[in-house]
Amino acid sequence: MSAATATRTVLRTEARLFAREPGSLFWVVISPTVLLTILGLIPSFREVSEDLGGRRVIDLYVPVAVLFALIMSGIQAMPPVLSGYRERGILRRMSTTPVRPGTLLTAQLALHAAGALVSALLVISVGRLAFGVALPENLPGYALALLLAVAGGLALGAAVCAVSRTQKIATAVGSAVFFPTMFTAGVWVPVQAMPDTLQRIVQLTPCGAASQALDTAMSGGWPGWAPLAVMAAWTVGLTAAAARWFRWE
Amino acid sequence: MTAIEVRGLHKTYGDRKVVDGVSFDVGEGEIFGILGPNGAGKTTTVECVGGLRTPDEGRVRVCGYDPGTQRADVTRVLGVQLQDSELQPKLTVREALDLYASFYERPADRHELAERLGLLPQLRTRFGKLSGGQKQRLFIALALIGRPKVVVLDELTTGLDPRARREAWELVESIRDSGVTVLLVTHFMEEAQRLCDRIAVIDRGRVAALDTPAGLIGRSSAAKEISFASRTPLDPAELRALPGAAGVETKDGRTAVHGTDETVTAFVSLLARRGVTAAGLRVVDATLDDAFLDLTGADLR
Repeated sequence: MSAATATRTVLRTEARLFAREPGSLFWVVISPTVLLTILGLIPSFREVSEDLGGRRVIDLYVPVAVLFALIMSGIQAMPPVLSGYRERGILRRMSTTPVRPGTLLTAQLALHAAGALVSALLVISVGRLAFGVALPENLPGYALALLLAVAGGLALGAAVCAVSRTQKIATAVGSAVFFPTMFTAGVWVPVQAMPDTLQRIVQLTPCGAASQALDTAMSGGWPGWAPLAVMAAWTVGLTAAAARWFRWE
Repeated sequence: MTAIEVRGLHKTYGDRKVVDGVSFDVGEGEIFGILGPNGAGKTTTVECVGGLRTPDEGRVRVCGYDPGTQRADVTRVLGVQLQDSELQPKLTVREALDLYASFYERPADRHELAERLGLLPQLRTRFGKLSGGQKQRLFIALALIGRPKVVVLDELTTGLDPRARREAWELVESIRDSGVTVLLVTHFMEEAQRLCDRIAVIDRGRVAALDTPAGLIGRSSAAKEISFASRTPLDPAELRALPGAAGVETKDGRTAVHGTDETVTAFVSLLARRGVTAAGLRVVDATLDDAFLDLTGADLR
């Protein structure tokens, strides 16, 4: 069989295995929408606030829930899978076949990206249908920001996996990275509601920049080069770090 | 033709010489054993053969291909079962076979392979739910799925119960009978003695001996053991003086003399001369165990 057939089979097999992890599926695909729904059920969050420039809390939480999906996928779900594959010798076994074990990693990255994107679409749809949150006005800008954010989240997860020797360490490092990224994504306080100085610092982090870019595109503007450049720089840097330090066994 | 060629292999981890000048050739159609205590450098040697490690020095060829520079060619002709490697826990046997079959140009018939390895009832079972023996049979199937010319089996039967071990042995023999060369790594004497055409005994990174099982045993200084009840009136000093006698020991009411065929002949004439009947007399061939201990001075465990 050809290399393309092998790649397709690896992807199909890994997709089946992904579907057999109900815990991961819930946290990646369902939980961001659950978070949004719970917040949307609080009446005051559906009222227009002068402090937020005439927007509602729920409006701010749609991009937050989208970022939450990326964090769950890239940092919580993916690193234990990849480091488990290394620890169990699955990558090593595969490197004795004509197909490189990198194919397996690529399939995992693609699946977690797809999971994050499906989850983001679900959040946006529920936000629109249940709580009347406007759809992104600048669609190409929003899509670009979203894709860069997904890439950044996966690069961060891959870097976590690269520096962790075992599956247990990967889970622990993932959790340690999880809380700061949740904060910078605005899960506790939306980035737009943070004090100015804090906002400027947070916008230098991958999730803070993503939040800024998604927010701008949401209200019709082009995301702006600054947050896009911050996201791109993080993605490139983290990918390079992951590639540099990743060990196959 | 030579299936595997290893010449002057060296591998050092830090300041520890794990493989220190190992050389051997495996002929086509052979079951070749690599036998040695844990930590002797067996696995590192086969990892160099499988292209998983780059030797510091030395030459390795698999069907004429260099695992270091001709990886694609080597993976086509070599099937590998690795020690301590697993599969995705929720992958079923059928999916594993399909997955690995997709890696090769002309894979073996999956159904036939599953049938031959007795895996048909487990096709829908997830890897994590398989017994140790079933896992090893699946790994043999995956090693064979690319129709290799050579397979490496590393500690295939470690951790298996005696029955599963015997089944695995029959499989190894059937693999050889189908024309595939087998490189078998083991620390079980019985396994090596039963299966291998030739054995390289590896100790502390070097080949201590390379011969057929019978050759290795015969080479040992104590190929025969004569034993009898200790109440037989014979002087231990006299026994020690028998030609070829390597040692005399008394244990559990029996006296044992280790030696050669010559010792046995001399012992029998000694009995005749004295008109003594040795009670419970037994003469047995030494096993590969004895030969191994003699060659390496190492305990297996």
